[in-house]
Amino acid sequence: MISLVTARDLARTYQLRRGVFGRPVAVRAVDGVSLHVGAGETLGIVGESGSGKSTLGRMVLGLEKPDGGAVTFDGAPMPEPLTAAWRRSRARMQMIYQDPLGALDRRLTVRDQVAEPLAIHGLGASSERMEKALAMLGRVGLSRHVASRYPHELSGGQRQRVVLARALMTDPAFLVCDEPVSALDVSIQAQVVNLLVDLQESLGIAMLFISHDLRVVRQVSRRVAVMYLGRIVEEGDADDLFADPRHPYTRALVSAAPAPGGKRERIILTGEPPNPAARPPGCAFHPRCPLAEARCRETAPALTTLGGRRVACHVVAGPAAATREAA
Amino acid sequence: MLRYFSLRLLRAFITIGLVVTFAFVVLRLSGDPALIILGPESAPEAIAAFRKAWGLDEPLWRQYLSYFGAIAQGELGRSMRDGRAAIDLVAERIPATLALTIPALIIKLGIGIPAGIIAALNRGSLTDRLVMLLSVAGFTVPSFVLGLVLVLIFAVQLGWLPSGGQDSWRHAILPIATLGIGGAAVLARFTRSAMLEVLGQPYVRTASAKGVPWRQVVIGHALPNATIPTVTIIGFMVGSLIAGAVVVESVFSWPGVGRLLVVAVSNRDLAVVQCILLLVAATMVVSNLIVDLLYGFLDPRLRHAGGRSGS
Amino acid sequence: MATVNPPAQPLVAIRDLQVSFAGVPALRGIDLTVAPGEAVGLVGESGSGKSVTWLAALSLLPAKARVTGSVLLAGEELIGAPPARLDDVRGGRVAMIFQDPASALNPVLTVGRQIGEALALHAGLSGGALRAEAKRLMELVGIPDAGRRLDAYPHEFSGGQNQRVMIAMALAGKPDLLVADEPTTALDVTIQAQILDLLRAVRREFGMALVLISHDLGVIAETCERVAVMYAGRIVEEAPVAPLFGEALHPYTRGLVGSLPPLDGPRRRLTSIPGTVPDPRHLPAGCAFAPRCPVASGGCRETDPRLAAVGEAHRVACLHPGAEAAVPVPAAATLPATTGAPAMALTS
Repeated sequence: MISLVTARDLARTYQLRRGVFGRPVAVRAVDGVSLHVGAGETLGIVGESGSGKSTLGRMVLGLEKPDGGAVTFDGAPMPEPLTAAWRRSRARMQMIYQDPLGALDRRLTVRDQVAEPLAIHGLGASSERMEKALAMLGRVGLSRHVASRYPHELSGGQRQRVVLARALMTDPAFLVCDEPVSALDVSIQAQVVNLLVDLQESLGIAMLFISHDLRVVRQVSRRVAVMYLGRIVEEGDADDLFADPRHPYTRALVSAAPAPGGKRERIILTGEPPNPAARPPGCAFHPRCPLAEARCRETAPALTTLGGRRVACHVVAGPAAATREAA
Repeated sequence: MLRYFSLRLLRAFITIGLVVTFAFVVLRLSGDPALIILGPESAPEAIAAFRKAWGLDEPLWRQYLSYFGAIAQGELGRSMRDGRAAIDLVAERIPATLALTIPALIIKLGIGIPAGIIAALNRGSLTDRLVMLLSVAGFTVPSFVLGLVLVLIFAVQLGWLPSGGQDSWRHAILPIATLGIGGAAVLARFTRSAMLEVLGQPYVRTASAKGVPWRQVVIGHALPNATIPTVTIIGFMVGSLIAGAVVVESVFSWPGVGRLLVVAVSNRDLAVVQCILLLVAATMVVSNLIVDLLYGFLDPRLRHAGGRSGS
Repeated sequence: MATVNPPAQPLVAIRDLQVSFAGVPALRGIDLTVAPGEAVGLVGESGSGKSVTWLAALSLLPAKARVTGSVLLAGEELIGAPPARLDDVRGGRVAMIFQDPASALNPVLTVGRQIGEALALHAGLSGGALRAEAKRLMELVGIPDAGRRLDAYPHEFSGGQNQRVMIAMALAGKPDLLVADEPTTALDVTIQAQILDLLRAVRREFGMALVLISHDLGVIAETCERVAVMYAGRIVEEAPVAPLFGEALHPYTRGLVGSLPPLDGPRRRLTSIPGTVPDPRHLPAGCAFAPRCPVASGGCRETDPRLAAVGEAHRVACLHPGAEAAVPVPAAATLPATTGAPAMALTS
């Protein structure tokens, strides 16, 4: 499969001031992440807070310039933000977020907003733009009379559909979804998730789907990468990964996902969620890891291929384990 | 810590500098002090001599530099009317002004804050609406109108109180009332909205759910949070203790700093005006610095901002 | 597991509880009991009234709310009880913890003072004994270095730790019932697991009853013995956990269960309930769920079904409970596309 989007060794560090009196402290939000998304496929990114997944999403889309590493889109390097080339590339890649109300302009009608990308990129004749907007609204399951409404008059699910419609207007090849359904009621989530799956099939869009909700990610993605404190700790086929997680963090994550129909054996992680401003040395997960050994405190593990999976763990996928697999 | 304050101090000085510069330029461009003080019929030689004596014939920028040079040496200029040191003129008026503004501040705090709290606790009720009505009336009516109305009622019609001057403590009542009412109105409104904001917060509901009696919820949980924004406005009121009474002093012929300012401006008595403005700016700036310090004391989040980043 | 026959004296018995705000109904008649030591889950989406139920029971709603009905706590009526009595009950017999612990704790008071306040009110402690007990509670809920952390402020803790503090505060009065309103919604999944684990441990240790309010079916299923599903201000189904998730009878419950993406096994198209929750100002005539229901009949738009027993310990408010729709809970992706939702709630 040809990669549409390739990211190599992405890194991003923010300078945070600890309070009014404090000295600035470097927060490494993303620390050497490489990934690729093929044309028409969906890569899911799973992580909790502090994992850096949102920052990663913005860098992959070119919204933020990485401090290290590079992003390639369709064979060409991602242009620098706010340059003319970058603006042109927006038509090919789009993003939808968690808060649809914040993503929409309160003063424009739905129709105006959905048609706007066409005007910005000079696509199609002006007379056609409104019709195209209405057609797209229909495609995302909204009726025509939503078109003349304002965002605050719509429900959360409807707003998210409007955002989606707007994002699809320029027929992008790549869509980054950052927690698009987390703020919606469960039954509305299902509607929007179904919609995303359908659109992906019918339009052949490549997607980067970022969420903390394992179930939703699995529903939408073919491959999944699990992030912890700015690094990918495990990556592989979605079904395989969730059925048989290898990395101790992934195992804890999967076992923590509550399930109706019976309690299962739980791995409860001790300790606090990670603070990117205070990274543990060596493997970032070791303070909370039930399998941690001495070497975990010293060196950070690299992503090693283990069967069809990539895992970054000394214990599970260290040299000894790799040779065991090969044998 | 040091960095925080040195930055603040620097800004404070710049603010004061800007205020004084502004006054400096505007005053000199808006009328000739010589003409005004000596009178338009004076002999041209007298006027020229006057101007030379006070350095008014020099270019603006040179006057500016020599003024700031003088300040650096602690010399704040002399009144062009009677030659006395500007600082002395101002200093002797300060007690008179404070005699009005301090009791007025007490009224503002003593009436405004409780009124705002009561209005917030009884939101939507008749009490609330009444308090808000009075509050709006109190701060929309300009102080000179209020002052004159009070004079009309209490001095002219009822004859209970004198209408002007500074001869007895009775003379202070109306000016203090005028100042106090306007400020209490503003404070009431502000306190009410600060309280309403706080009362809507989840932690107030948590306190009730814990079984804390309502009175204790208001006093122990809501008020400490509501004081944080209110302190800003109180700081402003404290900052204007010296100059906040300009209009009222004029209406009631009260010989304080405000009145002196009005007279000095119309006379283009440059040094006096600049001296007063310097004082006012300094007071305001110091007051704001104290408020900033107070924030850190009242709001623990500011003391160690950037603490744990959680879920 | 849940007992089939309710014990002689339920801990809490809610009868026909109704709440309205300026004429707009939020609760339209709730009947619910909680037995001592039982764990009951309350599931619903926005507008279902699941939080309002318990806020009304404890009289924590704003004054402009109109509350009618009866809430008996071990036989004592709470609705309309004098404020002093309510202050005793809140925290002392029924404690409540909320969503988003970071904003549910007072930012200008130390954690020790906030826990101490509850101890002073309900355990009558003061001084050194108060501090010692507060420390013990903090340790009980798993906060390390408890002695020093008593003097810390809420913003110095993480979200998960703040929720532990809330639990410690709730336990101070040794309540018989803990109502947890979306306690883990704002937290990361792994932290959520920790908190739920803590709640389970605390329940076991103190024999406390628990009412867990959530929109997350999985959380409810793992922690509760009995579940009530709410929709538009009413309970539409109530059953022990296994029957409810395995064999739901109300179309809404089935829709909810089906809309949960599976974490294992084959992927399937999610059941999506078309439309949105009705605007409480313009509730449809008859059953509130009828406009979105796959099995609704003419009668559903006329009569509003009441909660009725169907089998052991299973109650449903539906004219066609268990009816198989033309849209069954899908095993394969053979469904007609139900992605669309015509803008509905705004018309009336």
